[in-house]
Amino acid sequence: MQTFLHWIEANQSILYIVILMIFVGIEVIGRVPAVLHTPLMSGANAIHGVVIIGAIIVMGQAAADNYLALALGFLAVVLGTLNVVGGFVVTDRMLEMFKKKK
Amino acid sequence: MYSSLLTFSYLIASVTFIVGLKMLSHPATARKGNLVAAVGMTLAVIGTIFLYEKDGESLGNYGWIFAGIAVGTILGTVSAKKVKMTAMPEMVSLFNGMGGACAALISLVEFDHLSYAGTTANPDLLLIVVLGLVIGSISFAGSVIAWGKLNGSIKDFAFPGQHIFNLLVLAVIIGMAGYLIALSPAQPQWFIYGIFGLSILYGLFFVFPIGGADMPVVISLLNSFTGVAAACGGFLYDNKVMLTGGILVGAAGTLLTILMCKAMNRSLANVLIGSFGGGAKATAAAGAQGSYKEITLSDTAVLMSYANKVYIVPGYGLAVAQAQHICHELEKLLESKGVEVNYAIHPVAGRMPGHMNVLLAEADVPYDKLKEMEQANDEFATTDVVLVLGANDVVNPAAKSDPASPIYGMPILDVELSKHIIVNKRSMKPGYAGIENELFFRPKTSMLFGDAKKVLQDLVAEIKSL
Repeated sequence: MQTFLHWIEANQSILYIVILMIFVGIEVIGRVPAVLHTPLMSGANAIHGVVIIGAIIVMGQAAADNYLALALGFLAVVLGTLNVVGGFVVTDRMLEMFKKKK
Repeated sequence: MYSSLLTFSYLIASVTFIVGLKMLSHPATARKGNLVAAVGMTLAVIGTIFLYEKDGESLGNYGWIFAGIAVGTILGTVSAKKVKMTAMPEMVSLFNGMGGACAALISLVEFDHLSYAGTTANPDLLLIVVLGLVIGSISFAGSVIAWGKLNGSIKDFAFPGQHIFNLLVLAVIIGMAGYLIALSPAQPQWFIYGIFGLSILYGLFFVFPIGGADMPVVISLLNSFTGVAAACGGFLYDNKVMLTGGILVGAAGTLLTILMCKAMNRSLANVLIGSFGGGAKATAAAGAQGSYKEITLSDTAVLMSYANKVYIVPGYGLAVAQAQHICHELEKLLESKGVEVNYAIHPVAGRMPGHMNVLLAEADVPYDKLKEMEQANDEFATTDVVLVLGANDVVNPAAKSDPASPIYGMPILDVELSKHIIVNKRSMKPGYAGIENELFFRPKTSMLFGDAKKVLQDLVAEIKSL
């Protein structure tokens, strides 16, 4: 119990972010019309590509002679970039078709 | 100074993610919203590369980082630009899998770091590393299977006792992870690769038995998984922007998954345990349904041009045939003859929610002509002709009348309320869920066989010559 409470105290700012973001995520998507479900899913897909930042940090901290870490890190950067760039471009292509007329 | 600048750029990026998602949920602002989030992401990435510092040391290996980003950008842009409209859902699934794999790889390398450091690793960090690894790998493997199922290269696959097997694999993963974190952190490398391999295995077998028609739900679920895996990275590096983005997508993705299940009137558990999967197809053997009648193109042309009100029900067949443009032409032609034409969009028509909307929007069909299911169902009673284009399960009356049917309980488009139903299909083969459709044998229904694009072209020509 003691350790648990201590853990909460040590990580409180992170825990606050998690809880608030859960509510924000639900609020933001709650009123979306069905037409936008696919683009929205695709856009959200691109946003979780933020994992690329972790890949960059891993890559940047790998020791020059640690080939395993270098190879895995490089692969992670490529895959993360694919997720981000591909995600945003695909979403943009879908939404391009919702051009307003009138 | 530099690190506070980085914190500031992360703050801006987090705000753009929230604002971007918000804008993405309104048709008028959606495109700008995507751009806003992309700008925020670019800012966060550039900031990380140049400003990130740990213990006063900035990042190295710039050559590798830029090479990786260049390769990913070129591959991502080219494949996203080249992909056909029909294949968009697969593409989203694949990109989602890439994100999951990225999270898993980060965890693998970080475990390497932790064990290199030699000290007794902090259990909090280990937990996060393993969590990111397991969730990321499941998301990766599952997404690849979902991708394969949507493009038809992977068939449904299940064996007796598969759910038990899956649970066992999951139990072993949790057991190994628990042992590593709580009891004995000093494990050799192979141990973490064992967890990695089992998680991949679980991801594969998790998605294998789920029917292709349920893939949208699965992709949405895996999308939120990847969000959580990304958030694990946020914990690991105490990185607020990864945390914000990851949790945001995790929460939104989970809600979207539930909304999609609701649209089919099924629970998430029901989808995952898979009544579409494997043996359920036996119920399709209703067999002797009687005979169906065909209609000629010229009869169809006459029927439609002299109708007052026509509804078009698009389905995956329309997407496969790339018939959206000619479909719009038919609609304009009929309107010029004074026929009121609308589209009835079932929430799960096609291979993803909103699939049909995107497709028809590509062909410049006005937004207000796309009617949602409830509205269309109110109007079918006063509709003269319903043209079903390559849709099947979403108009199957078995969903209302046959409790044994795998789609029983799913709300459908009540096309039978209208005066005439014309169904365009390539053949009498059952739809994606693998079940017969009684609608085709009803007296008010006529069949118009052929590829949707070809049939519509001929139909337009026929109507013009009337």
